[in-house]
Amino acid sequence: METIVVDGLRKAYGDVQALDGVSFEVREGEVFGLLGPNGAGKSTTVRVLVTLTSPDTGAAFVGGHDVRTHQAAVRRTIGYVPQDSGVDQFGTGRENLMLQGRVQDMAGRDLRNRVEELLGLVGIADAADRIVRTYSGGMRRRLDIALGLVHRPKVLFLDEPTTGLDPEARVAMWEEVSRLARAESLTILLTTHYLEEADQLADRLAIVSQGRVAVEGTPTALKAGLRGDAVHVEVADDRLDAARGVLATVGAPPETTIGERTLVARVDHGGTALPHILSALDAAGIPVESVAVSRPSLDDVYLHFTGRDFQAEDRAA
Amino acid sequence: MKTARDTWYMVVRQARNLMREPIWIVMMVIQPMVWLILYGQLFKNVTRLGGFGTGSYITFLAPAIVIMNGFFGATWSGMAMINDLEHKVIERFLATPASRVSLVLSQIVRSAITAGLQGIIILIVSIALGVSIRTGALGWIVIVLTGMLWMQETARFNPVDWGVRAAREVVLPGTAWSTVGWYLLFLLLLTVLTTAWATWAFRAYQRTL
Repeated sequence: METIVVDGLRKAYGDVQALDGVSFEVREGEVFGLLGPNGAGKSTTVRVLVTLTSPDTGAAFVGGHDVRTHQAAVRRTIGYVPQDSGVDQFGTGRENLMLQGRVQDMAGRDLRNRVEELLGLVGIADAADRIVRTYSGGMRRRLDIALGLVHRPKVLFLDEPTTGLDPEARVAMWEEVSRLARAESLTILLTTHYLEEADQLADRLAIVSQGRVAVEGTPTALKAGLRGDAVHVEVADDRLDAARGVLATVGAPPETTIGERTLVARVDHGGTALPHILSALDAAGIPVESVAVSRPSLDDVYLHFTGRDFQAEDRAA
Repeated sequence: MKTARDTWYMVVRQARNLMREPIWIVMMVIQPMVWLILYGQLFKNVTRLGGFGTGSYITFLAPAIVIMNGFFGATWSGMAMINDLEHKVIERFLATPASRVSLVLSQIVRSAITAGLQGIIILIVSIALGVSIRTGALGWIVIVLTGMLWMQETARFNPVDWGVRAAREVVLPGTAWSTVGWYLLFLLLLTVLTTAWATWAFRAYQRTL
């Protein structure tokens, strides 16, 4: 059964087409990742789904409720953890949680117990009565997630859950999210621009690029869909075209180029192909700056399906 | 019902945050006192020029200070709202069933309560300084009420003046209750209109997200 259905969402901000026909479906109980560089349209998609904004055209349903016409029902069904915290920094963690529960029409013992339970669940029980301003980044993020869970939603939206966290806190957060997904039997939609994060967390993911879903599937299937290994060859920048021709003659025609001097080719076995590539380049008198062989990663998947380098695009946005 | 309840929760949140910064409470009490006592003494002889309706300048001044306070209080409530917007607190509430009106209304209610409490303190001090409110207890209520209702700023009509006039009318000799009533009604209407406008602006803002 589909918990989230997104069908042909389009939305423009002035001249910028933020969403250009986004479609995907999320099944009940799965962790679904929207992966893409900054500015690809992930956050806008989430904003439509949590009723913070409306699409120009297209339809979306969350838990069976139309996000355009049944906003109140959607808001009761979902928990939303925005990219920028949104906690009241001058209140305590407990106060923030109590208020969040109250506006969700919870009260009394039920609310108090739930807040207590969540404080323990996300591991900030000791800091519950401290002012949020004194929390560390990781603690604040845990509180954010608890805020999204107070009213026991069926669907949780996590917008860039680990942006701004140090690598250690990020890994801890991944474990946290996986554990919560099971403990609360949640359907989770998360957005991320970390390939590694999508790989770790998502059961299925959609790669979003320029307002559209470029490809959709499980991380494993997406990587398996790529033939063999990737070979990255970096040469002096004026020799790029020559190098491209040389690589084609040894059965490794470059698929794409990264920057001014790196060619990416796809071969069945990187280890076997590499000596041939190097000797051919050497014979042609083309100096090689560096060379790398890698198993398919989501980086490669992104490059393959969008024809663009993920990191470069992320920085440019 | 939900609007009233949510507004209350939001007011409690803001009041609690305010209590955590006792320096603000001190400022809120001291500042109007400084105005009242400093200006009251400084310009005490100005009433000799006549046309004040009273020989005691501080009697003329006290109601104006109450209203001025309400004005500054309202500006601060705008600041609190901007702070919440910047820290995405509002956005988080917008993705919940929280009443939209309560988000705006709570700021107004909180600032009205503050202005009301300040007004009472100012009037107590003024009486200690020798101001006698000619209309008695009812006059008190009117002054504090005008201070509370004065919440938003529009440059074209001068609601500060409405408030000051209504408040003065009950202090000075020859109270015209119809004048007081009209000014209070204007202020009430203005509060309703500006609240509606703020809520509408809020929805418009939401569409741009």
